Amino acid sequence: MNMPDLAKLIFGRLTIEAIPYHEPILIGTFIAVAIGGIALLTLITRAKLWGYLWSEWFTSIDHKKIGIMYMVLGIVMLLRGFSDAIMMRAQQAIAFNGNPGFLPPHHYDQIFTAHGVIMIFFVAMPLVTGLMNYVVPLQIGARDVAFPFLNNFSFWMTVAGAMLVMASLFVGEFARTGWLAYPPLSGLAQSPDVGVDYYIWSLQVAGVGTTLSGINLLATIVKMRAPGMTMMKMPVFTWTSLLTNVLIVAAFPVLTAVLALLALDRYAGTNFFTNDFGGNAMMYVNLIWIWGHPEVYILVLPVFGVFSEVVATFSRKRLFGYASMVYATVVIAVLSYLVWLHHFFTMGSGASVNSFFGITTMIISIPTGAKIFNWLFTMYRGRIKFDVPMLWTVGFMVTFVIGGMTGVMLAVPPADFLLHNSLFLIAHFHNVIIGGVIFGLFAGINYWFPKAFGYRLDEFWGKCSFWFWLVGFWVAFTPLYVLGFMGVTRRMNHFEDPSLQIWFQIAAFGAFLVALGIGSFLIQLWVSYKRRDQLRDVTGDPWHGRTLEWSTSSPPPAYNFAFTPVIHDNDAWWDMKERNARRRLEGYLPIHMPKNTGAGVILAGISFVFGFAMIWHMFLVAGIAFVALVATAIGHTFNYKRDYYIPADVVARTEAARTEELAAHV
Amino acid sequence: MSAQIDSHGAHGAHDDHHDDGVGHSTLKGYMMGFFLAVVLTAIPFWLVMEKVIPNTQTLAVVLLTFAAIQIVVHMIYFLHMNPRSEGGWNMLALIFTLVIVVITLAGSIWVMFHLNSNMMPGMSHQMTEQQVKNLP
Repeated sequence: MNMPDLAKLIFGRLTIEAIPYHEPILIGTFIAVAIGGIALLTLITRAKLWGYLWSEWFTSIDHKKIGIMYMVLGIVMLLRGFSDAIMMRAQQAIAFNGNPGFLPPHHYDQIFTAHGVIMIFFVAMPLVTGLMNYVVPLQIGARDVAFPFLNNFSFWMTVAGAMLVMASLFVGEFARTGWLAYPPLSGLAQSPDVGVDYYIWSLQVAGVGTTLSGINLLATIVKMRAPGMTMMKMPVFTWTSLLTNVLIVAAFPVLTAVLALLALDRYAGTNFFTNDFGGNAMMYVNLIWIWGHPEVYILVLPVFGVFSEVVATFSRKRLFGYASMVYATVVIAVLSYLVWLHHFFTMGSGASVNSFFGITTMIISIPTGAKIFNWLFTMYRGRIKFDVPMLWTVGFMVTFVIGGMTGVMLAVPPADFLLHNSLFLIAHFHNVIIGGVIFGLFAGINYWFPKAFGYRLDEFWGKCSFWFWLVGFWVAFTPLYVLGFMGVTRRMNHFEDPSLQIWFQIAAFGAFLVALGIGSFLIQLWVSYKRRDQLRDVTGDPWHGRTLEWSTSSPPPAYNFAFTPVIHDNDAWWDMKERNARRRLEGYLPIHMPKNTGAGVILAGISFVFGFAMIWHMFLVAGIAFVALVATAIGHTFNYKRDYYIPADVVARTEAARTEELAAHV
Repeated sequence: MSAQIDSHGAHGAHDDHHDDGVGHSTLKGYMMGFFLAVVLTAIPFWLVMEKVIPNTQTLAVVLLTFAAIQIVVHMIYFLHMNPRSEGGWNMLALIFTLVIVVITLAGSIWVMFHLNSNMMPGMSHQMTEQQVKNLP
């Protein structure tokens, strides 16, 4: 075999040309990332933290640590996704009057695609999953999730997917197709480069993690609730998490299948979605939205749960209309499967199809509206404390209602024919995703942070972050509503009409305010860490909470509960406090716990190699990686040393320390 | 179900409680399932090989029917599902799955059929008045 053949066998189509050394922005980014990365690695090495990170975090199968790692992943990727956003805003603000701006179309198209993919799959999903992972087992009085190892594996698969997206920045390029990669544009004929392959494989790898974590949490909630916690005594966050994971389990296989079909079109020469040989690109659009619409609710349902917890806690009242909240969630979950066509009203279906899906879409706003009223009635005559989580909640209610109304406008097919593909749509879905999901995540982070780390987050910087985000959001997206009404379409690289420029400049200023909001949040984390002794929470219950997670210490011990609690009421912890329940202080038993394992990291690492090799057509490497993947997975099943016992005296000592802390506090 | 969490219920590998109401496997059950599965596989095979049904559309419907019955046989005899197993959760999950699958399949067929009839009205015949009304 001669050299070129050998090189092709090993490297596929990866050549030195794949490194974008002729693009100054990317090279600058790369240098910055490299310097930052090397500095970070050096710091970790010098502080001799590798062993600690590996044994206490990376291989941990404690749901609390995995939850925190999910949150870290989401926040890191938020920075990446937001830098894409601010580049787009800057480009659109200056690309007028013949000025081409600083991003050529080829690059700009990758940026808006990466922004969408990252924000949905690698920011919102990890943050939502992280919250559920951390909170749900604590809320239901369990010691871990149903399948602790699977949890670790799911997390690392998500990381592997995120790493593939990040790799596309410096090796090759990302898709230029928009975040759902519609064919025929994403087909081989129109996108022969590696961009769409990066898209496919990063989502497939991360999708394994998402589906498995959905199964895991579903099994946890169904099977592992503490005695006495019937379905209608579950906290609302647990309820919304349950329905979210039902949606994940039912919807993500559709995404996996449709991306697999697209991959076959690109790799094996099939014609599922091509323009010729009987392919039908619109089937792709149809299928991907069957996943895509439930996905919207996968993101927003858990944060509805967060708001329910926050509103009840900070209004010092039982949640208004618990049962209606639960049923509204169930109805939303089922209806979310009946509305997918509203994403492509203009695709060419007739009036009867469009009106059916228009009406189902409008119906979904009824249970959502019921939830808003439940929160309002919870606040009514409550003793409201406007701590930071509550601020986010009120900000959410105002913002989300408006986003919901523009959503109902878009649900009217004739209106959609005018507004589709315009900036009005962009403004609408940012209105519900930022105003709903992101605000909810910040409410959740501020609310549960003391539980996870043992100290509250700094109030001042939290308020700064909230106000910058709220005002920044409105300044950034109101102009987009206006422009959408004028008929300005999305994904434009530059504009001819100079009268539009002022709106884009206002929007760019809004994005700058949001940047300050993100900056304030990072400062908040840092300042709170510095002031952790003043902000310390020794009671484990800093907000006077209502649900079971607040009955543990902050942070909770590895085993969560020394004794499995028994539940008598919806607000189990509130009920215990009302009845002056005492902590049991003797009779500890050894606690059976799962053991850490590195198998998740290794499997995900091999998956990364496999995905990367498939993207670059390095089929030899891909084959080896796949065999290694299966072998490692089988090998892991022979690992029988998966559990250990925390001895009773260790439990006794941990609990005694907690007793002392509580006594010192009172 | 939820009330039977024991002190180590959290750990899948060592989960040793089996009182979940599952109809437990017996040799008779497995043999019955095996027999039915074989019969339900053999008949479609025979139908295709001997070309018993000349009309391919009818044949496809018949084969799909056998496949659907096969699924039910697997669920009952191999997955030991019944309306009471896992405290009714299996049944609930099954109903939900069926609802979602029906929505997805029927919806997709409806949407795509409508699309084709509107996008390519002139392919087989002139547009009827009804089709003109249905234009997007």
